[in-house]
Amino acid sequence: MKTLLEMSGVSVSFDGFKAINNLSFRIGEPELRAIIGPNGAGKTTFMDIITGKTRPDEGTVIYGEKSISLLKMSESQIAMAGVGRKFQKPTVFEAQTVRENLAMALKNKRGPFDVLLYRKTRRGAERIEELAEIIGLTDALPRVAGELSHGQKQWLEIGMLLAQDPRLLLVDEPAAGMTPAEREHTTDLLKRAAEKHAVVVVEHDMEFIRRLDCRVTVLCEGSVLAEGSLDHVTSNPEVIEVYLGR
Amino acid sequence: MTRTFLTQNRSVFWFLLALGIFALIVTVLSEAAGNGMISTSFVKTLGKTLCLMLVAVAMDVVWGYTGILSLGHMAFFGLGGYMIGMWLMYARTEIIVTESLLAAAIPPTPQEIHDSIGTQIFGVVGSSEFPAVWIFAHSFWLQIAMVVLVPGLLALVFGWLAFRSRVTGVYLSILTQAMTLALSLYLFQNESGLRGNNGLSGLQNLPGLDDVPQATLSIAFFWASAVALGLGYVLFAWVTSGKFGSVIRGIRDNESRVRFLGYHVEGYKLFVFTLTGIVAGIAGALYYPQAGIINPNEIAPIASIYLAVWVAIGGRGRLYGAALGAAFVSLLSSWFTSGAVPSVPLGFYTIQWTDWWLVLLGVSFVAVTLLAPKGIGGLFDLVTTRHPVPERIGDFGPDKGARRTVEGEEEK
Repeated sequence: MKTLLEMSGVSVSFDGFKAINNLSFRIGEPELRAIIGPNGAGKTTFMDIITGKTRPDEGTVIYGEKSISLLKMSESQIAMAGVGRKFQKPTVFEAQTVRENLAMALKNKRGPFDVLLYRKTRRGAERIEELAEIIGLTDALPRVAGELSHGQKQWLEIGMLLAQDPRLLLVDEPAAGMTPAEREHTTDLLKRAAEKHAVVVVEHDMEFIRRLDCRVTVLCEGSVLAEGSLDHVTSNPEVIEVYLGR
Repeated sequence: MTRTFLTQNRSVFWFLLALGIFALIVTVLSEAAGNGMISTSFVKTLGKTLCLMLVAVAMDVVWGYTGILSLGHMAFFGLGGYMIGMWLMYARTEIIVTESLLAAAIPPTPQEIHDSIGTQIFGVVGSSEFPAVWIFAHSFWLQIAMVVLVPGLLALVFGWLAFRSRVTGVYLSILTQAMTLALSLYLFQNESGLRGNNGLSGLQNLPGLDDVPQATLSIAFFWASAVALGLGYVLFAWVTSGKFGSVIRGIRDNESRVRFLGYHVEGYKLFVFTLTGIVAGIAGALYYPQAGIINPNEIAPIASIYLAVWVAIGGRGRLYGAALGAAFVSLLSSWFTSGAVPSVPLGFYTIQWTDWWLVLLGVSFVAVTLLAPKGIGGLFDLVTTRHPVPERIGDFGPDKGARRTVEGEEEK
């Protein structure tokens, strides 16, 4: 397993509040990693830094074989380099159909002129059908995404994430608002994706994480408190105190 | 390809059909080619309206589709007008000057003709030197290229600076207002080289076509405007359909999400801003020869605000809505301000529509925004069964079956 992403000594503060404090983190490819932590631990900021939304005050973020620094790249360049993100609140394009949402996410050239002259291909259409099948939205393809239920929107966003074919998947609370059966399906999907790629899952639900059966990183006050198997971290007295024992 | 494009975009077909029928009816009723029921001046008004419809369609792509409320697009429209106006004035003055100098005993040199044209054009601002911006004015084709290049370059540079710094929303609107205000104030100066507040005039007289009556010219310009509107409509329908349309509507609804999908949002905005700026310039180049005069007032900030009002009343996010809004409001505006509408005597006060029209426009703008956000274009949803944006009423939250944790509940 080779390292895909390495963060070291990263700190961010917002108006004096240290959201991330000397955080170091490393994930290989393929690997599945769960991140837990109490509210305000910096989980979302952590993802914002990787995806280029937030610039850290100090530290480095190195990605890929060529060890490129993500800190110098724009959001779109980072996404094109293979970092995909699913947001905590499902953010799909509600005024557009499920098919259009998936087509936009599909791995293709992203320049304005490429897109303007883009022709629908059979391969693209097949890929969309395939993804729709995986996320269980085959019948909903022509529907407007705004009509979908909360759980279906979660699915659609997961579908959009898979459509980008990223190497590093950042998944923020994928199971929120899903039925138990859907949660199981999500677990399977993430585990399958992690067979080839690096997957980082932020989740509150312990049972969900137990099912993922992977290494767990506990964040607290912007830095790593513990790392290891779920049983290992949940038996750590510090972790129990800040997170589980409340 | 064309067939599938037209079948996928039914409104394009209907719009072109309606435009063609309208153009034919106007021609048949015109003084030049028909029974003369429509006066030449009204043909000109209709031709100008078609140009305004074109710039409104462009505005709809910027605002209604991409979500950039540009309040400066009439600057590009005006610049297009100035560019064509420079050639029209130069060429026409050249003919007049050459004729008058022919009477002289010694044949004039080209330099003398050139100087004499300068005296004629810039006499009103107390100058006779040709400013540097007139360097291409002698050549029709070079100046036609300027119609595209000057508004296009301004839009490109302004857009690049603004979008690169991620200026969005109301701040961008203010910035575009500042741009158009600065341009108009600059042009008001005599030193700007475009005849200050006099502007360029006599543009309705095409050089070398003095024998052709204005009735014929007006119908020719009317058709040119109709063709430009048709082409512009097809162009923008093509741009806004398909994947590009999908991306720009995505930018309108959630810019950062589009970024995280790997699209370079600023590039898309710049593309749309520049393309619509160019089309606005072309529309202006067709408008001002019909209007006959252009001065810096045409670029004043209010002009671009009117443009936004037309699009809002017509209905954002659909091209035919913007076109209809521009036609409806601008024709109504010229009717009300012409003094032809009878005043309303209230006993204690008489409503003069020339004064009260702006109030009426303002009230209808507010009313449309509050009561019918889809505008005039929304009326078409009543006759077509397909609703492009279905309204969803009720709970947007998780399904009933979805697992939800209650505050304070233990994780199981």
